[in-house]
Amino acid sequence: MAKIELSFYPGCSSQKGATSSNYLVSAQTMCEELDITLNEIPDWNCCGASIGYGGGGELPRLTLSARNIALSEEHNAGQEIVSPCAACWLNTREAKERLNEDEKMMQDANTALAEGGLRFKGEVNVRHMVEVLVEDIGFDAIKDKVKKPLEGLKIAGYVGCQTNRPFGIAGESFENPQYLDKIVEAVGADSIPTFEKKVQCCGGALAFSEPEKSQEMIHGIIEAAYDNGADMIVTPCPLCQANVEIYQDQINETYGTKFDMPVVYYSTLMSVAFGRNATDAALNGHIIKAKKLEEIASK
Amino acid sequence: MSTNSQKYRNSFLKEVEANVEEGEWVKMCMQCGVCAGSCPLGKHWDHPPQEIFMMIRAGKREEVLSSDSMWMCTSCYNCIARCPRGLPITHIMHGLAVYSKRLGLMPDNQPTAEFGQIFWDNLMKKGRVNELKMGLSMYFKDGFSQGVKNAMANQKLGQNMMKAKRMNAMEIMGGHGVKSPGDLAKIIKKAQEIEDGNIQDFS
Repeated sequence: MAKIELSFYPGCSSQKGATSSNYLVSAQTMCEELDITLNEIPDWNCCGASIGYGGGGELPRLTLSARNIALSEEHNAGQEIVSPCAACWLNTREAKERLNEDEKMMQDANTALAEGGLRFKGEVNVRHMVEVLVEDIGFDAIKDKVKKPLEGLKIAGYVGCQTNRPFGIAGESFENPQYLDKIVEAVGADSIPTFEKKVQCCGGALAFSEPEKSQEMIHGIIEAAYDNGADMIVTPCPLCQANVEIYQDQINETYGTKFDMPVVYYSTLMSVAFGRNATDAALNGHIIKAKKLEEIASK
Repeated sequence: MSTNSQKYRNSFLKEVEANVEEGEWVKMCMQCGVCAGSCPLGKHWDHPPQEIFMMIRAGKREEVLSSDSMWMCTSCYNCIARCPRGLPITHIMHGLAVYSKRLGLMPDNQPTAEFGQIFWDNLMKKGRVNELKMGLSMYFKDGFSQGVKNAMANQKLGQNMMKAKRMNAMEIMGGHGVKSPGDLAKIIKKAQEIEDGNIQDFS
């Protein structure tokens, strides 16, 4: 496998002590095993996530991402930008495309960036970590790396929204994307192609502002996973992971259910399957313990 | 000629085209309703997107800009993925929400609008989000006693997050950030000034 060098945009929630810090740890482990070098963009800032529009208008928001791209172009020249976070990827890619399409917007953003001595060129590709896996690594190469197949595990592939829309993964359907199921199969587990809530929204930021509405949707996602016989859910999105895992107690109280469904990242599955221990796979970062993965990791 | 022909066009649509993000797309809506049927929050809306677009074309300025429908958007992009005409509906909804806020017409105490502002203020302080402070600001947005109630109701969740090291009490002391938040603030202030300068007056 050829060595891959990428300009890395981890995003706020990946930082130490933040909600998806375990995602970062497992993604780094996965990348080590796949010979992918992640060069962090120096001094990156928040992308504005999906709710940033409520406080910052169009240009301020696009300029936030333009700053990250400008820093990447300056310090990690020639490297594609990759983010493990759905919103980080979406906002950065959107900013790149919007500024390239609209000359006035590009000028305006660069006038603003000049206040900090920066300039956006917009020549660099912006990709999600999953795109690198699907397009550059491939399912067969992932399979070849597996030392401890996740045999007997049934895993519901929850793709969610922003990894899937509006850009999605090239060649995949918006309504029924298959790549996550293929990753599950590649690491030796059983996928659940009939999991009907695979692209259902988890409520995003509304989990904070309007929890009843959001938790009703999360309830449906977990219920569908259970009814399809899943042992756990896997997702590529930090907010999907958090929303679907951490509110299960509250949902159980509201709906009289007994949900206790682990929700992990594809990078968690791959870290364990590639033979790394529970700490490297960041299994200690889960509130609902993925016990079956812990057993395999300790073998 | 051009000023003459504009007389026949509804002025609220022109206002939306000029001042709302991606607003120039509104007139392209063909009223099929796929967006309404695709929206996960659809049942909570007073007006689904295609209705909002028709109301804009019908000149219902106050009704559109004071609606809380746009604030129900979870940014799931289902409407964009499915729209047969490729309208950037999510962005139009965000744009309408922000424009209503700019004009002071948005509904009072809209929780998602309040959260959006809390989120933005939080990220602008240090250039990166401080999740702990953001959560506390949200809990305490309606006063101290409500804040204590909210914090108590979510106490177990907070403890679980701390145990998993996905929340850190020390973040209250400062937390993560860019090296020079002042420079970032200058950049964003400039962007805001440019954006304000682009707004056309329709009052």
